Amino acid sequence: MAAHGIVIRGLTKRYGSGDTAVDALKGVDMQVAPGEVVGLIGPSGSGKSTLLKCLGAVIDPTAGHMVLGDQVIYDNGWKVRDLRALRRDMIGFVFQAPYLIPFLDVTDNVALLPMLAGVPNAAARARALELLTALDVQHRARAMPSQLSGGEQQRVAIARGLVNRPPVILADEPTAPLDSERALAVMRILNDMARQFQTAIIVVTHDEKIIPTFKRIYHIRDGVTVEEAGEGRALPPGPL
Amino acid sequence: MISLAGRDILHSWGKFVFTGIGLGLLIGVTLVMAGVYRGMVDDGKALLDNSGAELWVVQQDTLGPYAESSSVNDDVYRSILAMPGVAAAANVTYLTMQVRRGQADVRAMIVGIAPGRVGTTPGWPPYLVAGRQLTRGHYEAVADIATGFRLGERIGIRRHQYTVVGLTRRMVSSSGDPMVFIPLKDAQEAQFLKDNDAIWSNRRRTEANPAFNRPGAPGLLQAVIDSQAASTVVNAILVRLEPGHAPDAVAESIRRWKGLTVYTRTQMEGILVGKLIATSARQIGMFLVILAVVSAAIVAFIIYTLTMDKIREIAVLKLIGTRNRTIAWMIMQQALALGVIGFVVGKITATFAAPYFPKHVLLVPQDSIAGFFAVMVICVLASLVAIRMALNVDPAEAIGG
Repeated sequence: MAAHGIVIRGLTKRYGSGDTAVDALKGVDMQVAPGEVVGLIGPSGSGKSTLLKCLGAVIDPTAGHMVLGDQVIYDNGWKVRDLRALRRDMIGFVFQAPYLIPFLDVTDNVALLPMLAGVPNAAARARALELLTALDVQHRARAMPSQLSGGEQQRVAIARGLVNRPPVILADEPTAPLDSERALAVMRILNDMARQFQTAIIVVTHDEKIIPTFKRIYHIRDGVTVEEAGEGRALPPGPL
Repeated sequence: MISLAGRDILHSWGKFVFTGIGLGLLIGVTLVMAGVYRGMVDDGKALLDNSGAELWVVQQDTLGPYAESSSVNDDVYRSILAMPGVAAAANVTYLTMQVRRGQADVRAMIVGIAPGRVGTTPGWPPYLVAGRQLTRGHYEAVADIATGFRLGERIGIRRHQYTVVGLTRRMVSSSGDPMVFIPLKDAQEAQFLKDNDAIWSNRRRTEANPAFNRPGAPGLLQAVIDSQAASTVVNAILVRLEPGHAPDAVAESIRRWKGLTVYTRTQMEGILVGKLIATSARQIGMFLVILAVVSAAIVAFIIYTLTMDKIREIAVLKLIGTRNRTIAWMIMQQALALGVIGFVVGKITATFAAPYFPKHVLLVPQDSIAGFFAVMVICVLASLVAIRMALNVDPAEAIGG
């Protein structure tokens, strides 16, 4: 079990140089414990996407310190050599749209990540089925993504994000296309999964329906985060 | 690890199959073009094989009898027969013309063969598929089955009608025209004899010439007219050698003592392949290059389009940690699969279509193997553009923002 979910200290990101330089992140601090789900909220242009890309090891921060699980990822200019493997093994992604691979069935969409990590096909599929069962979508295991409802697709996407047991999941507007009931169901699933797999989950959202469900929220504005307590409203049971 | 390319192909198999069929038709045309060239070479070699000759004696300084016209007096063969190393020598004439078949006509090469028999006299068709060889001195013919004639049918050649008594197969000229064998004397007449009006006019001209029409030499005019009307010229003399004699040595001897040009089998092949069909070969080569470029463009375009359709999926794959080489291999496998589908369709198309071409199309396994590898190389090269684009996809595109 990882000691930390994710810890970042003084993370900065500067685009360009000289007079045209833009500081998208100006010393972001953030900490999410294993099993915790936090919200990341901010208006357009606040640096939200830049922070998400830094957290997702897609772009390098200019300075700062970042730890995922037990592993230091960035430390003031130093970074882990293989970011691709890091993304595969330590970060789960859930997007606004499920972005499932259309030519793979549900099981293989989920099993692809462990397969990429070298897990034998049978073991990877078994792990995928276990998660699909946990998310109550195992009956669609052989279906193609185009045959699933929006809610089922999102559950499969969550399973894909969790399948390698990453210490961190980044969820980018995961409820945006859903109605209130389904949006709350997604949040319930994310909370359940966070608890069950001791995963730190950061949910980037504008969705007023789900903001009251967070116990902690990071507001980002002009490249700086401010932490505040959320309402932590209880999530109703119900299918997605 | 599952095959991403295989799954993608199965998922959008219709697109792959229909594109593969289109590409396959193009590859089929390419294989047929190569087959046409092979057919031309094969026709040339068949012509040489079927002549039964080891040396071709032709008019001095000509490339006859196939690539250029050649005239040799028809009594020269006797002196050649007497030369050391010569087992058999026979006159032969070749004339490509339209022969009449009822109301229609057929293009054919008329071969005049000297009296003799199969196996001993060069120039005779080595085997028949029906009927018998020529046995009479006039007005019989042995026709290749490709002319469409049947046994007993009548062939109209110039002023005479010939009865088909035998049928051959694969007896063709270097340009693929089927052969019709007739007796040498008839062939000489068909080739060199003038029409009645021309003969009459020539006689009048000769009579008007005081050098030939002398009062003191009454037989001279008739002798000159007779010599003008007689056909004593053939196109070549086909020579077969006695065992143990080198073709080059005998050829050199004939050149030296008879003042004629002599070609060995190797030299004659060089003339047929290197000169007679060289322009056609270059033309076919150009077509092959164009077809290869078009095939590459089609594969590149299709693979590029298929990859463009998957940009978001590729970004997601890269974001979740898929190696660049896995993505590149996926795209390349798809291009190769397209090539394999295209090649199979092309090969089947070419195999079934080849017999319907008017010219001999020879599909040889070496060409198919070379074609397969060429298609694979083209597909690999064509996929590079799409691979480059896929590798440039930023995984951040999956996140957006």
